[in-house]
Amino acid sequence: MIATDLSILTPEIVLAVYAMIGLLAAVYTSKDGLASTLTYVTAVLFVVMAFYIGVTGGGTRIAFGGMFVDDGFARFAKITILLAAAAILVISHDYMEKSDLLRFEYPMLITLATIGMMIMVSAGDLMALYMGLELQSLSLYVIASLRRDSVRSTEAGLKYFILGALSSGLLLYGASLVYGYSGTTLFSGIIDTAVNGELSIGLLLGLVFLIAGLAFKVSAAPFHMWTPDVYEGSPTPVTAFFATAPKVAAMALFARVVHDAFGGAVGDWQQIVAFLAVFSMFLGAIAAIGQTDIKRLMAYSSISHMGFALMGLSAGTEQGVTAMLIYMAIYVTMNIGTFAFIMSMEKDGRHVTEITALSNFSSKEPLKALAVLVLMFSLAGVPPMVGFFGKFAVLMAAVDAGLIWLAVAGVIASVIGAFYYLRIVYLMYFGAEEDGLDGRMGLVPWVGLVACAGIMVLGVFNLFGVDGLAEAAAATLVR
Amino acid sequence: MDFNSLLSIVTFLPMAAALIMALFLRGDDAMAQQNAKWLALAATTATFIISLAILFEFDPDQTGFQLVEEREWLLGLTYKLGVDGISVLFVMLTTFLMPLVIAACWDVTHRVKDYMIALLILETLMIGVFVALDLVLFYLFFEAGLIPMFLIIGIWGGANRIYASFKFFLYTFLGSVLMLVAMVAMYIDAGTTDIPSLLQHQFDAGPISLLGWQIAGGMQMLLWLAFFASFAVKMPMWPVHTWLPDAHVQAPTAGSVVLAAILLKMGGYGFLRFSLPMFPVASDIMAPLVMWLSVIAIIYTSLVAMVQDDMKKLIAYSSVAHMGFVTMGIFAANQQGVDGAIFQMISHGFISGALFLCVGVIYDRMHTRDIEAYGGLVTRMPAYALVFMLFTMANVGLPGTSGFVGEFLTLVGVFQVNTWIGVLAATGVILSAGYALWLYRRVVFGDLIKESLKSITDMTRRERMIFAPLIVMTLLLGVYPSLVTDIIGPSVEALLTNYDVALAQHVPDTQVASH
Repeated sequence: MIATDLSILTPEIVLAVYAMIGLLAAVYTSKDGLASTLTYVTAVLFVVMAFYIGVTGGGTRIAFGGMFVDDGFARFAKITILLAAAAILVISHDYMEKSDLLRFEYPMLITLATIGMMIMVSAGDLMALYMGLELQSLSLYVIASLRRDSVRSTEAGLKYFILGALSSGLLLYGASLVYGYSGTTLFSGIIDTAVNGELSIGLLLGLVFLIAGLAFKVSAAPFHMWTPDVYEGSPTPVTAFFATAPKVAAMALFARVVHDAFGGAVGDWQQIVAFLAVFSMFLGAIAAIGQTDIKRLMAYSSISHMGFALMGLSAGTEQGVTAMLIYMAIYVTMNIGTFAFIMSMEKDGRHVTEITALSNFSSKEPLKALAVLVLMFSLAGVPPMVGFFGKFAVLMAAVDAGLIWLAVAGVIASVIGAFYYLRIVYLMYFGAEEDGLDGRMGLVPWVGLVACAGIMVLGVFNLFGVDGLAEAAAATLVR
Repeated sequence: MDFNSLLSIVTFLPMAAALIMALFLRGDDAMAQQNAKWLALAATTATFIISLAILFEFDPDQTGFQLVEEREWLLGLTYKLGVDGISVLFVMLTTFLMPLVIAACWDVTHRVKDYMIALLILETLMIGVFVALDLVLFYLFFEAGLIPMFLIIGIWGGANRIYASFKFFLYTFLGSVLMLVAMVAMYIDAGTTDIPSLLQHQFDAGPISLLGWQIAGGMQMLLWLAFFASFAVKMPMWPVHTWLPDAHVQAPTAGSVVLAAILLKMGGYGFLRFSLPMFPVASDIMAPLVMWLSVIAIIYTSLVAMVQDDMKKLIAYSSVAHMGFVTMGIFAANQQGVDGAIFQMISHGFISGALFLCVGVIYDRMHTRDIEAYGGLVTRMPAYALVFMLFTMANVGLPGTSGFVGEFLTLVGVFQVNTWIGVLAATGVILSAGYALWLYRRVVFGDLIKESLKSITDMTRRERMIFAPLIVMTLLLGVYPSLVTDIIGPSVEALLTNYDVALAQHVPDTQVASH
């Protein structure tokens, strides 16, 4: 019995054992001398695990009495998380080395965070949910302040920790209410109490607190306050990591909680999620206009994008979950490409993040500028870039669920948001002649940037089959 | 010969050339610039020649879509192309004008390769708009065209280009996204994004109530309004035309030509492809409003054109006025009106394109578009004076030029529907004579007193060759309009028959509802 349970958790166990061995090995040998090797080994292991999950998984398997669920939905999210984490690790190597941040803790903490995320997306129980969430969050708090001698970085870590603890408190409070009123922490048990007519007031309150806690993790407005500061203060590769894998995990967890535990009460949470979506889309779009730092800008951009993903989720249908998964997969790819570029933004050999530094970049580096242009238009959701299809999918889901007002609000927010993406294009292409970026870029980030931009263009042919996979994944979650 | 992929070839040939240019053309010296220009010219010319095959293969007597291609695409959408009598001439207009546009930017020296790539990609997207038979594919081409145009205005434009490019992009983007929501709603309602099927689908027109407002025309009306937001901006109609003068003034010559001659036609095409046939009840309810807006556009923008000191701005306002005739004709919803609207769009493509080229000719020499800076050009530039005269007359709508036919037909069409609108619109013809001839007098006639103009040279052989085809087309369509009306006639007739049938079917519903 325990053997079958453990076999379902193989990827998580392998990664956990690897993290322990890696830590010990580094501590007892050359410490940071091993960091470079560990970074690459971790990335390779992530990719191997992603393949393993993709190849071996089939059907829905339950471990530990329903605490841990391995279904198509979890596998889709896990593969996205693992590949995103691997890509960020590989791309960030040069930056970390150059800014003297390449410590062995970095790949190991990312591994631990990734394990947390994998448990989050597979959680079938409030306890498993909290365990995964905290494993992820604690690792992230530490990497946010990886640059120990920088006030900004430690401030980011501390801020993230305090606000994160607050949100965990909210979430726990919600979980305790849910447990108190339903008598179980199992999602499958909660849904049974919800299906029988209306949710009791206690369950409803619990749901609201749970959603508030989750909204903090996906950085949906009005729980977004930490995002810009943490994004700006953390070292750029860490920001890139924050913007990709944890967002997928949190969004998947969100979907699992609302569908697996409260699937019978769509009407009760639809309003809340729709409100979060609208607020995030507009706040992200409007607040980003005044930003001069590209990392802060990307923070607001991600808030806005989370709003769109939540729009898909708020449909409360299988189609909505499909749309959300497609959106997240596209969002992650766009962000990997964009951050690969941001990591290589250097002026006179020093890293910069002011967007004015992009001025006239296109005449110096036409190809890289073109790649960034493609990514910016994709982020803005302008066809034929793939970002448009993500928006299209969530709009379809929202309109199909009768949320036409939400769809209209979303497209209007996307027009406002287009302004700041255009501003980056404008600086690169029409900016005044002045000393811009050095333009040098390591081979790996360059490949990352160009590959992501290529995907944004070539995906117009068939989205590389992601839509089909997302559909299959959503079918296992929504019943 | 197999014509299965003819439309795809015509659509994507320019983009293929752009790709080749991007990948294989290196350097930015004079040689590379020449190569880029020649390659672009060759590609656009080849596209035009191949597109002639569309015209030969096209059978005007069939009213359905022809040369249809269909392939699977993503998210349940299809890649489907095809042309009918309404769209085929817009494809031809695009492929015909693009070689001339390329030839017109022969003197550009700033980032030539990028310029050519942008123009070639823009051509693919413009043709795509006219041949797409899938709702989302149409939207994709329609929106994607904003990107190269944004760059063309922003990189190669005038002094205030940044403001103009942002205004252009955001204005048209806002209009279009509402259309996107409507398209999604149509997809969900009809279960398909296939345009021929949607043309058969009847969208619910029963009155609905929204936030306490009773909406006549129901869902059709909401969809119609969303499409209207997009096409009215693109057209552009008064009062959402303000982006156009800015964009035109700041855009480089080639950009202005493409904008005026082809991009504006997408709005009119959209009305004919979507608004009129898919939402007949809503169109019928809104037709008087659209026609009044058109008349205001015609008179107001003509008056505004009179007081401009910038030549391009004057022509831009004149374009808005001429597009007023188009929307008026379309929503008159009778054979003459719609025929006239399409004719006007085709003819305006040649004439406004030529007028912007005329401005380009003297702008290249003097680097100013200020009307005050010119005068008496006829003594130094007789050939230019002649060409400019011809297109000024065509713009005014002189019989014998294509401008006359379009305006006349739309006026005939509108007169049958609403005499007042017809009468007021006719005054627009007089006003257009006012501003166009006055512009001509100030620029070309008078004494050549300005020192700077004393050494100005007449048109080069290249410039003459650019104008020749435009002159031929303007005069040919002016004296032999059935070249166009024979092709569009049957399709327009079918469209209007369906329109009338749909309206007739709807009347009992409203009576039932009112009981």
